[in-house]
Amino acid sequence: MFKDPFDPSILLGKGCSCGGNHAEADHARLTAAATPAGEEGRWNRVVDAAVLRAVFPVDAQRRQFLKTVGRATAMAAISSVLPLGLAREAFAQGGALEKKDLKVGFIPITCATPIIMAHPMGFYSKHGLNVEVVKTAGWAVIRDKSLAKEYDASHMLSPMPLAISLGVGSNPVPWTMPAVENINGQAITLAMKHKDKRNPKDWKGFRFAVPFDYSMHNYLLRYYVAEHGLDPDKDISIRSVPPPEMVANLRADNIDGYLGPDPFNQRAVYDGIGFIHLLTKELWDGHPCCAFTVSKEFATQNPNTYRALLKSIIDATAYAHKAENRKEIAKAIAPANYLNQPETVLEQILTGTYADGLGGVKKDPNRIDFDPFPWNQFAVWIMTQMKRWGQLKADVDYAKVASEVYLATDTAAMMKDMGLTPPDPSKKTIVVMGKPFDAAKPDDYIASFAIRRS
Amino acid sequence: MATLKNSLGLRASLLSLLIFAAILGLWQIATMPTAATGPAVDPEYAKLVGNAAATGTKSSMPTPADIAVTIWGHLTDPFYVRGSNDKGIGIQLAYSLGRVLLGFGLAALVAVPLGFLIGMSPLVYRALDPFIQILKPVSPLAWMPLALYTIKDSAISSIFVIFICSVWPMLINTAFGVASVRKEWLNVARTLEVGPFRTAFKVILPAAAPTIMTGMRISIGIAWLVIVAAEMLVGGTGIGYFVWNEWNNLSIANIVTAILLIGLVGLALDQGLARITKLVTYPE
Repeated sequence: MFKDPFDPSILLGKGCSCGGNHAEADHARLTAAATPAGEEGRWNRVVDAAVLRAVFPVDAQRRQFLKTVGRATAMAAISSVLPLGLAREAFAQGGALEKKDLKVGFIPITCATPIIMAHPMGFYSKHGLNVEVVKTAGWAVIRDKSLAKEYDASHMLSPMPLAISLGVGSNPVPWTMPAVENINGQAITLAMKHKDKRNPKDWKGFRFAVPFDYSMHNYLLRYYVAEHGLDPDKDISIRSVPPPEMVANLRADNIDGYLGPDPFNQRAVYDGIGFIHLLTKELWDGHPCCAFTVSKEFATQNPNTYRALLKSIIDATAYAHKAENRKEIAKAIAPANYLNQPETVLEQILTGTYADGLGGVKKDPNRIDFDPFPWNQFAVWIMTQMKRWGQLKADVDYAKVASEVYLATDTAAMMKDMGLTPPDPSKKTIVVMGKPFDAAKPDDYIASFAIRRS
Repeated sequence: MATLKNSLGLRASLLSLLIFAAILGLWQIATMPTAATGPAVDPEYAKLVGNAAATGTKSSMPTPADIAVTIWGHLTDPFYVRGSNDKGIGIQLAYSLGRVLLGFGLAALVAVPLGFLIGMSPLVYRALDPFIQILKPVSPLAWMPLALYTIKDSAISSIFVIFICSVWPMLINTAFGVASVRKEWLNVARTLEVGPFRTAFKVILPAAAPTIMTGMRISIGIAWLVIVAAEMLVGGTGIGYFVWNEWNNLSIANIVTAILLIGLVGLALDQGLARITKLVTYPE
């Protein structure tokens, strides 16, 4: 089944296609003995393995530790600090669903594609769930409705579960983010009249909109202008505007531009109101944007439902990742019940062949991509920006908060179970505008910026 | 006299029609699609953008004809359900009306007895006056975050907002109506040794009824104004959600349709209460 990380002498190289340390031909004979009997045993082992790998991401260290203390002691030591029983329970295979009828809130933007498409395309029902996807008016409302338990799970901006857990902008409630929805997929749109002002140094006095204070949009826009020497709090103004109002405000000349989610960048082009200055992919290729989130309470009280729901989302995300499926998805999510947008707008966003608003047709298949893995490094980067801009005043244990909120271990285990290959949680390089980020040294990173509030 | 009155009514209707036609005409002229004047664009690019953007202009307001088509589309199929986020305009109006009537009904249940009490007792009137004066001018939508936070249910929160906005006019009008019942009538009742409850129901209530009804008419007008905004904030169902959802799609034609329907329903509510007011009015 999986490599046994509790065996310090196991070979790291390729063996059997199952990942085990034996020849392909011996697979059946060996695994029959090695795999604990029954589904539950198998699951327990998978969870334990995932936790151990998360604690010791470096193989050499794990081996050293195991050789020194032995397998049973290692397990006991880890379970004394981590709620292994709980994690095992959550992954217990075959349990009945505690709750079948669920409500999942979403904001009508393409970032929510996996959450939305899972409804018309049957990913929820495939996992035995009857989900109602509810369109919601704005981020503050979706936060309040989630806190009020009107929604069982919801689409949020990836900084929001961190902000909620930390109690920034609301009362602290433990919130978790088992999956990222989309990576990339945002853009800076400017009003037509600024088509000659492509250098941010000329943007002094511009009025910008972002969807929410706690959004990647806000942090990326601030980062971008600050790299060009503008202080985002003094030289430009940034206000929080719900995405659908961005196009209307741009048209009415209330703002000069926005760093917003699609479809509203492409929609401004479609209506001849603005042009796409750049895609956020050009700032940080592979940045997270929106997230699938549940409260810790929901996940612990309904472990089987939680697992089925997360599987539906990972399933849908994997489907959306494939370029050949994108046109079909655009058609599925365009109706008034979901995004309520012209199909051609969604198709341009999802396929990456798009009109830039200045008369050119650009091709970038990775304009938006879908990848569920909630890298803890993402969370640390987001928290450094919260600190950098003074949203987060207190000292914070970056790694601890990141791992409590961004459930990389759960997602990895789930992906494995579904036949997908999860990435190695320790191996993530983040480069924003050419500057590398080391998640192990967040404070040094903040201090390295000239323009900052803390 | 009668002929003059008739001819005045007739002339007024004619003038109304004329104004309407003029507005439509101006609108049509202002929004007529202009011939393509912008630079010719790549046909591949033109396929990806709207008609206006393809000719180098912004998309424009829909013409009255476009809107008529949209309205017809909604009126011929008002009760469709295509999923939980896409329901016909008739269903959305019914949701909004339901919320308004519920919130308004609850407000009436509270405001009329309380107004009676305030109107009959100068002491209570003075004691409650500062609260009423401070709470009355607060925009009902300002209560929304507080309601969502404390009630923790968006459906009940929007009903609460309707309740809080319709309670004040009814309360104040009831108190005023009760307080200004003519002293002579009360004295007659006292002379005839009528009990206090009987006085309240047989003398004060009929005397104050027209003022109370006026308060209710003001309240329902405000409630209908507020529900649209509240539903735009909270979403889910209702005509306010419909407007918000079409705003998302920048569909002006659908928004204009909704505006017209909101106006018509508001008119109907107001006229309904005006009828009831007429029933309880008495000649002095």
